[in-house]
Amino acid sequence: METAKKRMLTGNKAMAEAIAQEMENDKNVFVLGEDIGKYGGIFGSTQGLMEKFGPERVLDTPISETAFIGAAIGAAAEGMRPIAELMFVDFFGVCMDQIYNHMAKIPYMSGGNVRLPMVLMTSVGGGYSDAAQHSQTLYATFAHMPGMKVVAPSTPYDLKGMMTSAIRDDNPVVFMFHKSLQGLGWMDQLDYAVGHVPEESYTVPLDKANVMREGKDVTIVGIQMMTHYAMEAAERLAQDGIEAEVIDLRSLAPIDKDTIINSVKKTHRLVVVDEDYRSYGMTAEIAAIVSEEALYELESPIKRLAIPDVPIPYSHVLEDFVLPGPDKIVETVKQMMDEA
Amino acid sequence: MEFVARHPNLWSKKGGVAVTKFEEKQPSVSVDKLMWMYEQMVKIRYYEDQMVEAYTEGKSPVFNIGEGPVPGEMHLATGQEPAAAGMMVHLTKDDTVTAPHRPHHHAIAKGVDLKKMTAEIFGKESGLGKGKGGHMHLFDPEVKFSCGGIVAAGIPHAVGAAMANKMKGKDWVAVAFIGEGAANAGAFHESLNLAALWNLPLIIVVEDNSYGISVPKTASTSVESNDLRASAYGVAGAYVKDNDPVAMYKASEEAVNRARNGQGPTIIEIETFRFLGHFQGDPELYRDKEEVPGLRARDPIMKLRQQLLDAEHVNEPELEEIETRAKKEVDDAYQFARDSDYPKPEAALDDVFTS
Repeated sequence: METAKKRMLTGNKAMAEAIAQEMENDKNVFVLGEDIGKYGGIFGSTQGLMEKFGPERVLDTPISETAFIGAAIGAAAEGMRPIAELMFVDFFGVCMDQIYNHMAKIPYMSGGNVRLPMVLMTSVGGGYSDAAQHSQTLYATFAHMPGMKVVAPSTPYDLKGMMTSAIRDDNPVVFMFHKSLQGLGWMDQLDYAVGHVPEESYTVPLDKANVMREGKDVTIVGIQMMTHYAMEAAERLAQDGIEAEVIDLRSLAPIDKDTIINSVKKTHRLVVVDEDYRSYGMTAEIAAIVSEEALYELESPIKRLAIPDVPIPYSHVLEDFVLPGPDKIVETVKQMMDEA
Repeated sequence: MEFVARHPNLWSKKGGVAVTKFEEKQPSVSVDKLMWMYEQMVKIRYYEDQMVEAYTEGKSPVFNIGEGPVPGEMHLATGQEPAAAGMMVHLTKDDTVTAPHRPHHHAIAKGVDLKKMTAEIFGKESGLGKGKGGHMHLFDPEVKFSCGGIVAAGIPHAVGAAMANKMKGKDWVAVAFIGEGAANAGAFHESLNLAALWNLPLIIVVEDNSYGISVPKTASTSVESNDLRASAYGVAGAYVKDNDPVAMYKASEEAVNRARNGQGPTIIEIETFRFLGHFQGDPELYRDKEEVPGLRARDPIMKLRQQLLDAEHVNEPELEEIETRAKKEVDDAYQFARDSDYPKPEAALDDVFTS
């Protein structure tokens, strides 16, 4: 009997493979950013590209985010398909004008006459004591503002497929990858950072959530690390006879309302878990959507788990306290079931 | 009719200000091109004069910025025509231009569709952006023109266009127009470093109209003129005095040739005149009442007109014919804008994404 051996890749190799395949397919695709050349990207998302495509298409830039993200916009307007890397999403403060006043608004202000087919990829997430200026996700900050597609894939399979879709999309796409899911040798070795990735090119849509686990008792919506923590929590809850349905949101904007609503109609309970600040964030948005469209399906109040509106602290004990994790999810769901 | 050129190689050798006067070495300027510039400048002036009228409609006796057929902020370029005409005479539709919040003179000289541009300013469905942009946000990909309302932000876009030109193996250039106030923004300095580092076909034209809104250049800028900053980035610089159209022509010609020949970026600063306020409705309490009449006495359009006549390049009836043609084009554009329909309200929901 022949056993098919599945090819396994880390998150960052999956991303780099998608970029390489698109660069082979389309000469207009190029990459620019800090340390993305010889280094291969601090989080490995561009590894091997410099060797393969040379410095004309893989451009190490100075520490000038305004200039190089703005240049990506200018090049995209001329028909190129740039991929710019903002090393940490936390650095958005030095270049948000280009991202939001220009990248996100020019297509609209031009009445659709100017297209900006570009990808702004950026690392997000904490959990490794990098403190307040290098640990945020800022999912909601970007998803709040119209004009950008904002995606945050959680698995190597989706990192490759959604990167391919993002490069081929004619709209600006903010592509957030989670540092802990890149499979880096110098971070915690997590099983979720490695997964099956087909060698051939494929796409994953930029507007569809993914039901990771089916269940009948409660819906848990997460994204990136929180999806994986929700999966861990679901396994533990199953031992107590509680069947949780876990939804990986994958795409923050546009948001896949249908998958969430349909799940809530089945389970009648909702927990939303987010590695972003609590107020005005993704948890609030999903709670609002469900309240507007499926309030009477609920058997208990919606619960939200998120960072309690403080900057991300440095010390392990402090950071662990503010980040949601499997324990908090299990505890929250059990409380919810007891109250019912 | 001269400009001052500063070359980075001279800077580094002598370690000081190297000034070369170029007036004798330049090839003579062709009459056809001067006539083209004259026509553009007349068209721009008349366009802005008509805009003063249109903007005023519905705003009296009480001035309310949101009223009238042309609502919102309005920044006019009356007096600043030489910068646009003197540069654009050297460009084709394949060259990219980015402009700031005061963009009409650049748009007109770049050949932006005047009817669609005017309709956009009137907020009409037939406008360049279907009424979603307005006067500070004009985009005409047909002639590679864009502008925006954030100071200095168009410079990186021009850097990107210059990159794209280089990657495509074309000799097209990219020109970013900015005001002198923008030369103190981070985007200016980041962009110049990047463009110089990558030897891109970029030209930055700094229009020094003396004021960033109300603050005079002397109170905002550490150097006398921004072309001096070229030396900080190892690029070429040129300074055009007295809003002179022919000197602007010459400085631009040299910069465009340099960019097309792969010799990298140039900063041109032109001393220009803002005849009107920062925006329409600006009480202009920050400048002397005598200042504007003094500037108007040095009107660059009258100067070029007289130069053309004095040199016997052209006679009075020929100039009048140009003026009539330019005015008709503007009148037709305003008529088109007024006759056009407003967009359907729900069209506000379109064009966030393209499918």
